[in-house]
Amino acid sequence: MRMRMLNKFCWLLLLASFTVQADVFEKTLSNGLKVIVKEDHRAPVLVQQVWYRAGSIDERTGKTGVAHVLEHMMFKGTKTVPAGEFSKRIAAAGGRENAFTNTDYTAYFQQLHKSKLSLAMQLESDRMQNLQLSPAEFKKEIKVIMEERRMRTDDEPHSLMEEKLMAAAYQEHPYQHPVIGWMNDLEAMTAMDAQEWYKTWYAPNNAVLVIAGDVQAKEVFALAQRYYGKIPAHKLPVRRNYTEPAQEGIKRITLKAPAQLPYLIMSYHAPTLRDAEKDSVPYALEVLAGVLDGNETARLNKSLVREQQIASEAGAGYDSTARGPGMFTLEGTPSEGKTVVELEAALREQISKLVHDGVNAEELQRVKAQVTANEVYKRDSVFYQAMQIGQMESIGLGYEAIPAMLKKIQEVTAQQVQEAAREILTDDHLIVAVLDPQPLANKPKHAAGAFHVH
Amino acid sequence: MFIKLLLTIVFAGIANSAFATLNIQHWQAPSGAQVYFVENHDLPMLDIAVDFAAGSAFDDAAKPGVAELTNGLLDSGVEGLSEDDIGRKLADIGAQKGQHVDTDRSGLSLRTLSSSVERDTALDILARIIQHPLFPEEILSREKARTISALKEAETKPESIASKAFSKAVFGSHPYGASLEVADVEKIQRVDLLNFYNSHFNAKNAVVALMGDVTRSQAEGIAQQLTGSLPLDGASNRIAPVNLQIQASEQRISHPATQSHILIGTPGIARNDPDYFPLYVGNYILGGGGFVSRLMNEIREKRGMAYSVYSYFMPMQQPGAFQIGLQTKKEQSDEALKLARATLQEFVDKGVTEKELKAAKDNIIGGFPLRIDSNKKIVEYLSVIGFYELPLTYLDDFVSKVEKVTTAQIHDAFKRRIHPEAMATVIVGVQEEKAEDKK
Repeated sequence: MRMRMLNKFCWLLLLASFTVQADVFEKTLSNGLKVIVKEDHRAPVLVQQVWYRAGSIDERTGKTGVAHVLEHMMFKGTKTVPAGEFSKRIAAAGGRENAFTNTDYTAYFQQLHKSKLSLAMQLESDRMQNLQLSPAEFKKEIKVIMEERRMRTDDEPHSLMEEKLMAAAYQEHPYQHPVIGWMNDLEAMTAMDAQEWYKTWYAPNNAVLVIAGDVQAKEVFALAQRYYGKIPAHKLPVRRNYTEPAQEGIKRITLKAPAQLPYLIMSYHAPTLRDAEKDSVPYALEVLAGVLDGNETARLNKSLVREQQIASEAGAGYDSTARGPGMFTLEGTPSEGKTVVELEAALREQISKLVHDGVNAEELQRVKAQVTANEVYKRDSVFYQAMQIGQMESIGLGYEAIPAMLKKIQEVTAQQVQEAAREILTDDHLIVAVLDPQPLANKPKHAAGAFHVH
Repeated sequence: MFIKLLLTIVFAGIANSAFATLNIQHWQAPSGAQVYFVENHDLPMLDIAVDFAAGSAFDDAAKPGVAELTNGLLDSGVEGLSEDDIGRKLADIGAQKGQHVDTDRSGLSLRTLSSSVERDTALDILARIIQHPLFPEEILSREKARTISALKEAETKPESIASKAFSKAVFGSHPYGASLEVADVEKIQRVDLLNFYNSHFNAKNAVVALMGDVTRSQAEGIAQQLTGSLPLDGASNRIAPVNLQIQASEQRISHPATQSHILIGTPGIARNDPDYFPLYVGNYILGGGGFVSRLMNEIREKRGMAYSVYSYFMPMQQPGAFQIGLQTKKEQSDEALKLARATLQEFVDKGVTEKELKAAKDNIIGGFPLRIDSNKKIVEYLSVIGFYELPLTYLDDFVSKVEKVTTAQIHDAFKRRIHPEAMATVIVGVQEEKAEDKK
């Protein structure tokens, strides 16, 4: 599994449940493992998540996809738990489990009845230190991953376009590589590559353990000490902080792929949060994304889809939280008879309006009201409450930053939004990607006469 | 719509005496609508779903697409509120509205803060959308154009091509097999939407589900507010029976994708089917149980031939599809197809082992609390229980019904219901030299 990289308006939603952090407790074990507990006693369930601060951002050319490959291999057995057994034991306990890899982290989770925390910790702590990477299992699993790549990327024109856009947008930064890896790298990868990745990054001092649900923090800390406490820490490599060279001028790419409709993405290089208290532009950009695409009457849908009818769908997205740099993205599908050129002009007109006229108080208030309501709604999901904590920890801001972030969002002014638009949404930072659709040669036949009875 | 349905199945379960059960309150509103309510004040919010027997299976055979557009345009304007007003007013209070339509159901959902200003505003808008939609002409033509665009795009996607061909092969001319063509959309008129709305959106066809921070008397008032102006009666809520016996068929459709999309299936079971539990538990073992199913083991774990491989029953008012699906690179699609078929054949011939059955029950029963651990999941259950007229004790009985399933029952039910020699198969994305359009 892996998460999509262009999350629309994701951070505002993620922020949700954090006005009150009273039920959050943390403790760091002597081996460096940070344990965070979010108590929520509404239902007799819990979730365990282990987040490793190792994602595709930490990979090198030629070895792309290895973070995600290791994620798959983590289900393939340890010295005492044979391949497939992890999933069987969790299933037998009534649990659901999976894992996901992103640019910035890799995370593993189990959702279970509250009585099953020991089992989950026993299994997860075991594979933190005792993974057995068998070449035979690797040989099969790498094929599964290639099928995953075909399904998610190669045969999905919009995903393929996002992949090519990132590759073209970043000259040096490792965000140029897809999380799932280039096919050629997957073909060349060996069990040794995965082993080395595991040895380098899988250590308690590079992980955060998040437990949320119907648990008592004290008991969780004691169990965490018992299962994870003895795993030795090890020295982590020094991480490079890449500074992507300034783009200095517009870039354009085109992708030909089987499709009926063209598609347009306009991505602007943008900063992400480094200091939750002092930064301001990322908050203004979050609000800007909300003004453009935070609800169905937001500017892009209202103007481009409903009024001008130049697009059959249009959107905007920005994520202020990441280990690396960010993108402010506009995208859309032209209506039939309209072209990507016309759509680009219409999107540019929206930007120009923002830069010249700014946003009004009503729009600003609407975005903030949604943030406030979402805080309440998100408390309906124990899983996402844990997810917020893990994500904030993994990217380095820390979950404690969340109340400050929420406060800063509420303080964003119309003027800040306008200034952020003026500063960030300029051609010098822009990359435009266009899908040039290649209609299928033969229209598939659906007539009943096409049946072959055997 | 597909996802929505799958979720309904995944969450279709329930309560062991060891776990707290839900106190579901049920009554008929003065309007005639059936109401299902769980009162819970843990969070200051309210979830509501209102469903009508007005899914695509209720379309006039000559006018497919009307049910879907009717649902889509419910929020496009009411007396005194434009489409834009509706969206803006809901956004201003942070309310979230959803609209959904499948073959059986057409519905709206609402999530709002329960504080009175927000709640009253949101409910006032929802009540007007449900009971007084205007279906403006100019918005219909815009939405027709968007629907046509999406249809044309879907025509190029292997998963859409496969799913359309599959429905046709499994259900033939039954409404569950109907698919939408560009020409169908083009001829839809405003009067079609009005007629469809007037005959299917009536109180007797309505189920109101409420979950969250209101009292019983508030819930009673809300249910009436949402349905009180609807006509009491209208078109039937019954769908024609599905022909359960189909002939074997195989379609190979060419596509430039790198993978083949393979679907195998047949009509399956209805919601109230007496074989529901043996088939549900049996399917967990065959292809429903995530990483531990037989299909997953044979095709992914042992051979690395696919990322995703599954099977499911989609229980609807009439028997929905039983489907096996997988994607694999073209060069090995024949081998994968053979494996999937052999796995099914063996399953039907020999049934399951006691060990497999125990593992399935352990997961389904042990995982019960996860099925009702949020307001969102609970309101969805209330809708399903109400819409399909399941007993109020459905959740309480679920675990004991799962517990009672035996290997013999699973074997017997699969043998009677699933005939591997008479299945529909669709393969989209075959190697060019193998592509065939057999007449």
